[in-house]
Amino acid sequence: MSRPAEGIPEPRHRLGLAALAGRGRETAVGGEDGPCGPDVVGGLAAAWAEAVAGTSYVSMSRSEIEQHLAGLTRQLVTALLAEPFDPTPARQVGAAMVAAHFTGTETLNRTVALLATELPARLGLFRDGCQGPVVERVAAVQGALAAGYAEALRQRTLDEQEAISQAVFVARDQTEQALRASEARFRAVFAEAAIGIGVGDMAGRILEANASLLEMMGYSLEELRQRNVRDFMHPEDAASVWRLYDELVHGQRDHFRVEKRFFRSDGEVIWTHLTVSLIRDDRGHPTYQVAMIEDVTDRHLLQERLRYQALHDPLTGLPNRALFLDRLSRAFETGGRDGRVGLCYLDLDGFKVINDSLGHDVGDQLLVAVGQRLDACVSAPGRLVARIGGDEFIILVERSGSTQDVVVIADHVLAALEAPIRVGEHELAVSASIGLVERPVHGTTPADVMRDADITLYWAKSDGKAKWALFDPERNAREVARFTLSATMPAAIERGEFYLDYQPLVRLSDGQLVGAEALVRWRHPEFGLLAPDRFIGLAEETGQIVPLGRWVLREACRQARLWQDRFGQRAPFISVNLAVRQSRDPSLVADVAKVLAETGVEPGRLQLELTESAVMGTADEPLDALRALSAMGVRIAIDDFGTGYSNLAYLRHLPVHELKIAGSFVEGLRASAADGSHVVDARIVGTLVSLAHALGLGVTAEGVETEAQARRLDDIGCDSGQGWYFARPGPPDQITRLLS
Amino acid sequence: MDRPTWAPVEVDVDRPSAARVYDYWLGGSHNFAVDRALAEQALRIVPELPEITRANRAFLRRAVRYCLDNGIRQFLDLGSGIPTVGNVHEVAQSVAPESRVVYVDSDPVAVAHSRAILAGNERAEVVQADACDPDAVLGAPGTRRLIDPDQPLAVLMLALLHFVPDSDDPAGIIGRYRDAGPSGSYLVLSHGTDAADERRAGMKELYARSTTPLALRPPDAVAALFAGYELVEPGVVYLPEWRPDPAEAPDEDPARFGVLAGVGRTP
Ligand SMILES: C[S@@+](CC[C@H](N)C(=O)[O-])C[C@H]1O[C@@H](n2cnc3c(N)ncnc32)[C@H](O)[C@@H]1O
Repeated sequence: MSRPAEGIPEPRHRLGLAALAGRGRETAVGGEDGPCGPDVVGGLAAAWAEAVAGTSYVSMSRSEIEQHLAGLTRQLVTALLAEPFDPTPARQVGAAMVAAHFTGTETLNRTVALLATELPARLGLFRDGCQGPVVERVAAVQGALAAGYAEALRQRTLDEQEAISQAVFVARDQTEQALRASEARFRAVFAEAAIGIGVGDMAGRILEANASLLEMMGYSLEELRQRNVRDFMHPEDAASVWRLYDELVHGQRDHFRVEKRFFRSDGEVIWTHLTVSLIRDDRGHPTYQVAMIEDVTDRHLLQERLRYQALHDPLTGLPNRALFLDRLSRAFETGGRDGRVGLCYLDLDGFKVINDSLGHDVGDQLLVAVGQRLDACVSAPGRLVARIGGDEFIILVERSGSTQDVVVIADHVLAALEAPIRVGEHELAVSASIGLVERPVHGTTPADVMRDADITLYWAKSDGKAKWALFDPERNAREVARFTLSATMPAAIERGEFYLDYQPLVRLSDGQLVGAEALVRWRHPEFGLLAPDRFIGLAEETGQIVPLGRWVLREACRQARLWQDRFGQRAPFISVNLAVRQSRDPSLVADVAKVLAETGVEPGRLQLELTESAVMGTADEPLDALRALSAMGVRIAIDDFGTGYSNLAYLRHLPVHELKIAGSFVEGLRASAADGSHVVDARIVGTLVSLAHALGLGVTAEGVETEAQARRLDDIGCDSGQGWYFARPGPPDQITRLLS
Repeated sequence: MDRPTWAPVEVDVDRPSAARVYDYWLGGSHNFAVDRALAEQALRIVPELPEITRANRAFLRRAVRYCLDNGIRQFLDLGSGIPTVGNVHEVAQSVAPESRVVYVDSDPVAVAHSRAILAGNERAEVVQADACDPDAVLGAPGTRRLIDPDQPLAVLMLALLHFVPDSDDPAGIIGRYRDAGPSGSYLVLSHGTDAADERRAGMKELYARSTTPLALRPPDAVAALFAGYELVEPGVVYLPEWRPDPAEAPDEDPARFGVLAGVGRTP
């Protein structure tokens, strides 16, 4: 840069200028008071700073600018006055201005102007009017400064353009590297993922698939690329899968997750968890879909197996109770208003014997064989054969048409079991009892039908083997009621739900009331007022008769005592029924004695009524008891006499005081009987009466309904009568009133 | 969706960049035709822009000196832009050579250029990060290397926050930086304001096309950004009014610059 730039005039008048300045070359620079002295330079620099203020961006305060420009001014002055004259240093000043960022266009303009005016003026160069050489020198300095400035600015511009391009390049490079690195990372994730990943376009064409996916599906990438996502529809796909897919490819959802089956290339089915995500471009348009597929076939199969095991009987392979109950409740859920369901609940007859005598192995094999026969003769769509425990099987008819359906099945099953079953060397004859229930699902529940099937199976069993029984709601209701009664009887005694009615026993000769039969009633909170025939038999079966009978005895005696106190000798005796079972109760005598003692009733005022069979057809103990009671003074009556096969001769050995002739004989004594049967009955009754009297026994006729009957009986010689003609059974007041 | 931090930012020189446009107004040549086109268009709307940018840089110089005078030796320059003359490290290190400066910009080109300029300067670092993500900025290795969290820190946000919309919670961001330094730390802020100047609307439209749209704020909103700081004299004022050079004639109409400046100090 030391060579003067083209177009800048060669310096001239060297000596002239030096002379004009009046200074030697040596003193031109640095002298305290010379042109480069602080005041001249400082003044110039201040003027310069003022001129260019705000025209360029420099990072300096005003005083720093002045200081900076002072240095440059010194260089310019030195160059201007130098001998020989050489403007070259002014180039460096121009370059220095650019370096300090005095690069505003206006800065150069004002600087050049300042050089033309202020510089020579302040140096006093125009003093002697000798301006020619000065002007030339100044012009040369201006030119050099402008040239240096332009050169430096051009250079700086190029440098900066280069620098910024370089920066772009570097930044891009780094970005690309980062992109490559991130791409490589993604590639690795994609390629090496254990999960299958596939990329498709929005039309469903498959573009990319990783190794896991290819392996999972059994296709090569080329094969897969020829397929469409929709080719992977599986007939068992939930409808929602493809609805979600459609929403996704239409951009209405960004991802979904489902369980889905796929066919592999070899036709095998795999189970997967599938996640599909939508990839959008910068403007949000759907562009790709990415599927992530996890093969869960093994897990699924294991689950299936566990599920199968949980729902099947390991011995026979038939569905078990759990699966049966599940299907049963499903039949109820889907049955609607008109659906019907049928159950055949069967149980092998005598299986326990086979099991116990031939061993469990044989028993098990028999069950397997029975299971197979049932399965073979019954299983069909909508029917399920299940083993629900031990030797119990159940057949579910999910949508039966009518009761006939289950009856047909039951007949089939019984027939199928007719042929003996071979287990090892044993030929086993088996049969089954079957309980059938068939009804509309509406209005009932799975638990109801199960319970009814159980009851019906019990009926079938008790009806005899190799039979089916059909559920009968009335029979069931009866049994339920009986069961309820017997179950609630003990509490009912305690709660005082029983009470006694009394029916007068009347002396026929004068119509005098001589006794009263106590009749037990049950005021049941649910079934209402119950007559003895509803519960006495039941009580005998269950043994409840003993405590109930004891209560009746005590209650009747309590009442007898009241009458005894009130009417003295006119008080009626009380007649209490003794059930067979009671008569055999070892504590009977003690109980009676205790009650008599407690109530203070005279033994002669208590009559116990027994049936013929209770008194006669039995062993000795009851007789002993009766004798003991008789010895105590208690009266013994035979109830319903004439209905059993009484050994009349035997009567005289018995401790009996009274015979009560059954109402059926008395019925024949009605005056209106037109067929003459009353003549026969009258004879029989007459014979009975004379026999009784011969044995010293009294006779009471039951069921006396008319005055004519009463008269005939009296004619025949019958002692007492009982029946509606005299009075119906009623509360104790009725007796009291009759006596008063 | 959040981009993972290791995912690259795009280098797009087909769109103007605030950093390069700014450089053009300062008289630099670190810019491309798209940048100059935008810069020229802006000049037709606001011809004072070169003056404004110069005033902004002058404020930077005065504010950094002020911080230095108050003992600050570490600087975090957020949105530092393209280096020109009088960069923070030049100003700081000329006074106190031990000063440490971290430049932060999101513009990859500005960052690359800054790195080239600063190669070899052990006390300066350039971090490419989003200034609105204080965790990324403060956690960057360069920041961790130079900034001592126990020493007072000057955080510079010059001509930056008017590129940050309210939805990014500028106050919250400032708060995070404020909490990163001990008491006696500084916030140096300059911010374009839209006070009573309809020309700024044109500017907003213009910048909407750039990589950094404009979010000018009214003066009270700018002052509110100093929450948690004590404003040093003279408070939030127009650029040339902030502790002006006494040698310089006072500006007759500082409001025409439209840019507010202030320095706050944590108590
Ligand atoms: C107008 S320049 C200001 C440069 C410098 N601070 C000054 O005042 O001289 C704004 C700079 O902020 C940068 N910038 C804008 N938004 C940013 C962000 N969110 N994070 C980091 N830098 C950002 C731009 O890239 C640009 O370089």
